[in-house]
Amino acid sequence: MALLEAENVRQCFGGLVALNGVSFEVRRGQIMAIIGPNGAGKTTLFNIVCGLINPTDGVVRMDGKVITGLKPFQIAALGVSRTFQNVSLFPHMTVLENVLVGRHLHGRAGLIGCALRLPTQRREEKAMVEQASRFLEEVGLAEKAQHSAGGLSLGQRRLVELARALGTEPRLLLLDEPASGLNTKETDNLAKTLRRIRDRGITLLMVEHDMSLVMDIADEILVLDFGVKIAEGPPAQVRSDPKVIAVYLGEKENVASG
Amino acid sequence: MNTTTRIWPRLAAFAAAAIVIQLSLGAAGKVYYLTQLTMAVYYAIVVMGLSLLMGYAGQVSLGHGAFFAIGGYTSAFLTTHNMAGCRGAAWFDLLDKCGVIVSRKSLYDDTLVLTVAPWLAFIVAVLLTVVIAAVIGYPSLRLRGHYLAMATLGFGLIIHCILIGSPVLGAADGITGVPSLSVGGLAVSGKSAVRVQNYYIAWAVAIAVLVLLRNLVESRMGRALRAIHDSEAAASAMGVNTPKLKLEVLMVSAALAAMAGSLLAHYNEGIGPSESSSFKSVRYLALVAAGGMANLEGALVVSTLLVFLSLRGWFGTYDNAVFGIILIAIVALAPQGPFRQLGLRMNRCRPLYKPGKEARSGAS
Repeated sequence: MALLEAENVRQCFGGLVALNGVSFEVRRGQIMAIIGPNGAGKTTLFNIVCGLINPTDGVVRMDGKVITGLKPFQIAALGVSRTFQNVSLFPHMTVLENVLVGRHLHGRAGLIGCALRLPTQRREEKAMVEQASRFLEEVGLAEKAQHSAGGLSLGQRRLVELARALGTEPRLLLLDEPASGLNTKETDNLAKTLRRIRDRGITLLMVEHDMSLVMDIADEILVLDFGVKIAEGPPAQVRSDPKVIAVYLGEKENVASG
Repeated sequence: MNTTTRIWPRLAAFAAAAIVIQLSLGAAGKVYYLTQLTMAVYYAIVVMGLSLLMGYAGQVSLGHGAFFAIGGYTSAFLTTHNMAGCRGAAWFDLLDKCGVIVSRKSLYDDTLVLTVAPWLAFIVAVLLTVVIAAVIGYPSLRLRGHYLAMATLGFGLIIHCILIGSPVLGAADGITGVPSLSVGGLAVSGKSAVRVQNYYIAWAVAIAVLVLLRNLVESRMGRALRAIHDSEAAASAMGVNTPKLKLEVLMVSAALAAMAGSLLAHYNEGIGPSESSSFKSVRYLALVAAGGMANLEGALVVSTLLVFLSLRGWFGTYDNAVFGIILIAIVALAPQGPFRQLGLRMNRCRPLYKPGKEARSGAS
């Protein structure tokens, strides 16, 4: 069984059909990329998977369990985490605290336990800080732990967001344009990090515009155009698909004949 | 373990300041100032609770005056309402057997007045307020945005009208003759003989609240609160049950307001409907802003000072206007609070633990 299945997902915003019956599967241990022009419905699809919006129609299953209709925090508890296209860190908190929020699901201390600073809460807090530091280490930002998250460069903020998402120990990680705003070197490092994450057994689903990155690391590519799936398959196959080429170059005949 | 939180020096400073103020007022022959200071410290508890809700969790309440009043009126009503007529009723006898009914001589004649024990009234006051806060907050906190502000504003106006219009609660006069609240030899009472003692009781309660809230905001739940403030969508995507946590924090915040309300009703030996007016709610909001929003120590210091001046009549007939102007001035000139503007970082949140060396070597 696939880790994530979307079946006939449809999303209308008023009269605009953002997604028109999209179905796909994400297999375990893969990096799957969703590509498509602006407005193709990629981020909408992400928001549906993580529960930020409820689809007009259709069903999403995680591990065979229907997750449409659940709240984001419930879906997060099932092992889905994400990053955001516009980087949604908590700017008034330190880098470490951001990642600690990612560890929220793995803590138990309640309001009263926290206020009284009970011994169990102290132990838990100490363990959480150590775990969170490890996730920061993994993305190479350990020395920024005590910096304010709002003061980092875009590339660093993307990495903090990645560490925060990893902190939830997800089974499925959604990355919304992780390479956007990164320079070539940062993108290369990102590719290495993402492969390492996949090799640890975390399934990745990402929206990305950087084609060389997508072709480099994706095991499977899904192509959306105006809310419709127009192609799906391994990079080599998608790259030579005439419909995909037409969408990206916009000249059907030339491409088909060439 | 590497604790970096430095709260004890600050607590020592607060305690020292409290003692110095008391001694110098005594030396200056102005001991009666302590009465208004004690009241101001109680009001500061409301402001600290609102700072948790507004400054940390980012949820605006315009109904804290009402929560305060519900707490105060519940205590005042239960400890003054004569239940002598209920003698013989099964529930009354049961309460009496449990030892929660107290009797005292009437102020006017020799008849006995039977009321609920003040300590139980205090607990009931806090619990009742928490339940009401939950009812108000539940629908509005499931949504993102400023629905709580609107709901609490309406709620505050309704409570104000009910208090003014209820003869059983003393209507426009409020409730008077509230007895003192005694716990283990300490009495929350406005009698001048225990003025100094009460001044220190108020500080002890306020500092205890400060410590608990400080612990809270620097913990797992506190980070979740601050995360909600910065981005509710991201907090939820990280697994924070945002509606539940927002509701719980509203309940904690309302409980603190009710606690202060109840203690002040005992201290002032009464409570009036003006406590629930929206002017009071806006005043608390202005004080949170003036303290630096997410700044518990700032809230305590600034509200104690300003409320003291207000109670001393410094602002004259412009009392409410002064707090409105403070709010506008803060928003316009120093949205991060005056301390930040002055370069003083009174309440920078520090993590409880810094990652140790073993964590670093373990990762590589």
